[in-house]
Amino acid sequence: MRYHDPVVRALVFCSVIWALVGMAAGVYIAAELVWPTLDFGWPALSYGRLRALHTNAVIFGFGVSALMGTAFYSVQRTCHVPLALPRLAWFCAVAWQLGVAAGGASLLAGWTGGKEYAELEWPFDIAIAIVWVSFGVVFFLTIARRAVRPIYVSNWFYGALIIVIAMLHIVNSLAVPVTLSKSYSLFAGAQDAIVQWWYGHNAVGFLLTGGFLGMLYYFLPKQADRPIWSYRLSILAFWAFTYSYIWAGPHHLHYSAIPEWVQSLGMVMSLVLLAPSWATMVNGVMTVAGAWQKLKTDPALKFIVLSLAFYGLATFEGPMMSIRSVNVVSHFTDWTIGHVHSGALGWNAMITFGTFYFLVPRLVGAPLRSVRLANIHFWLALAGTMLYVLAMWGAGVSQGLLWLALDDIGELSFSFKDIMASMAPYYALRLVAGLLFFAGAVLMAANLWWTVRGRCTVAVAPPSVADAAGAMRGEA
Amino acid sequence: MDGLGLHRRLEANAGLLTFGILVVSAIGGLVQVLPSVFQDSLVAPAPATRPYPALQLIGRDVYIREGCSACHSQQVRPLLAEVRRYGPYSRAGESAYDRPFLWGSKRTGPDLHRIGGRYTDVWHRAHLMDPRSVVPNSIMPGYPWLERRAADADGDIMQRMRALRFLGHPYTDAEIDAAPAALAGATELDALIAYLQGLGASAGAPPR
Repeated sequence: MRYHDPVVRALVFCSVIWALVGMAAGVYIAAELVWPTLDFGWPALSYGRLRALHTNAVIFGFGVSALMGTAFYSVQRTCHVPLALPRLAWFCAVAWQLGVAAGGASLLAGWTGGKEYAELEWPFDIAIAIVWVSFGVVFFLTIARRAVRPIYVSNWFYGALIIVIAMLHIVNSLAVPVTLSKSYSLFAGAQDAIVQWWYGHNAVGFLLTGGFLGMLYYFLPKQADRPIWSYRLSILAFWAFTYSYIWAGPHHLHYSAIPEWVQSLGMVMSLVLLAPSWATMVNGVMTVAGAWQKLKTDPALKFIVLSLAFYGLATFEGPMMSIRSVNVVSHFTDWTIGHVHSGALGWNAMITFGTFYFLVPRLVGAPLRSVRLANIHFWLALAGTMLYVLAMWGAGVSQGLLWLALDDIGELSFSFKDIMASMAPYYALRLVAGLLFFAGAVLMAANLWWTVRGRCTVAVAPPSVADAAGAMRGEA
Repeated sequence: MDGLGLHRRLEANAGLLTFGILVVSAIGGLVQVLPSVFQDSLVAPAPATRPYPALQLIGRDVYIREGCSACHSQQVRPLLAEVRRYGPYSRAGESAYDRPFLWGSKRTGPDLHRIGGRYTDVWHRAHLMDPRSVVPNSIMPGYPWLERRAADADGDIMQRMRALRFLGHPYTDAEIDAAPAALAGATELDALIAYLQGLGASAGAPPR
């Protein structure tokens, strides 16, 4: 009996490819906001289409491939059994890549449902649902066959990812098809808005937060070589997170035409979310607390600790931006874009980079080709993220305040055109930031490629029953 | 500790854990989202709101296809500065025939919910072909290909209107039958301009 790791390796490989594709698209659209004729009059390169490719490639290509790969890796090791239905696991891995690739092409061709982060048209929505349910079958069946009694914390989060995303995706994608490339949403207007942000915010919640917390709970203790600091805190944080996140969506619709009680409830629950978010951050930081010396030598751990810092920053900023009187300034501005990227670059990408630097050498049983290159990547990623966030804060706060500015007699102080024109330096800085971050990702891809090239995946057997019993007693 | 003991049972039972996650995560949606989905007043059309005529419907679908809502909102907030800048604030009933809604989340360019009638068709044509020909500092991309594509290039306008009628939009048989003729000779650029010029018509009289 051996763990099924080749499928993990394939998913990590695809995830890195999608990171490069998605980030390159991001850099390109950032450049288009500096030089608007960069689309050369070619529809597929047009900002509106390319932006959807950027978000889909990074969230569903880079993010989900990494989550699926690390879920398959960690669920075997926390359950002490190989994956149930390995062929179905391969089906998930391959079908997902084909879906994201074809879906990405369809976005460039102009197929879109028009809902943010749910742009793909109905044929892809159905394919996603099928693959996602298969993912769930493999994951939960592996858990059902586990050789140890307790289900480890990371699996709660991966489980929540699978269950909640299925629920959100299926409901939000309900539509009446017209042709292969066109459908109309089952929901209209204000109702569509409420359903979409219930989906949109919780795609952030359960995919970009919950799924990656699963990654954190498995790979952080492994890298720090210490158990999770507080078992009780992880229970509290998990259930508070699962309960509260769902309510927060309407903070995307402040001052809109949806009922006021829905907006207010969304705001209050967004503030409540600060508690489980920071509980998890504290749990993570305290887990590393006895292993700080490792930070000097281990770039993988450095990435993960930095990702925790950005997780804390983004989960503080989010609730603040959901307060109506802050939101009145931040909404519709680049501040939102900065917030998203402090989460996406600082938290999601960094923790994934750290995990890959830890995981890939173990998959092939060889050391990372260059620790020095990984350290350079670390500083490029940090500099890129900081510059990105600062540029977007500058742009966003200016936009928000200048749009609202009135003179002594109550007339608008600035025209929209002038405010927009004043964004040019911030947008140029953002392009530089994106390039720095992208350059780091290229170094990682090369480093990982040199590490795995010509090597087989190591065959690892689950621990013996005696070891398993020990692990069970040691749990918590 | 009792709670901890309870949790030890939960985390040793995959079925129970799965069920628990499903229930706990569904509560928010059931309490907060579901009532809105059944609140008919949220999608009751405003007095001046009509289903989109064929040409505007195609224009709206072009707007969706090109991702215009990535940079333009259609949601004027009830704030003095916004009402001054754009016009009457947006109300729920105005979006009753919007599938999907296009309120947007980002204003790289200005809000468009009240853009109708603000500029001439000639201005829109020049602006969509080459934004910098009329707004020197603009960072909006041009859309020259819209002029080269017929509004009925996909040839499915009747299917689109029937799908919307199935969803409750009150199109008559006569309107659907006349749709292909309404698109004859028009380009996607014409359709998009017709859609933009119609935006704001549903506002009716400015709210007091």
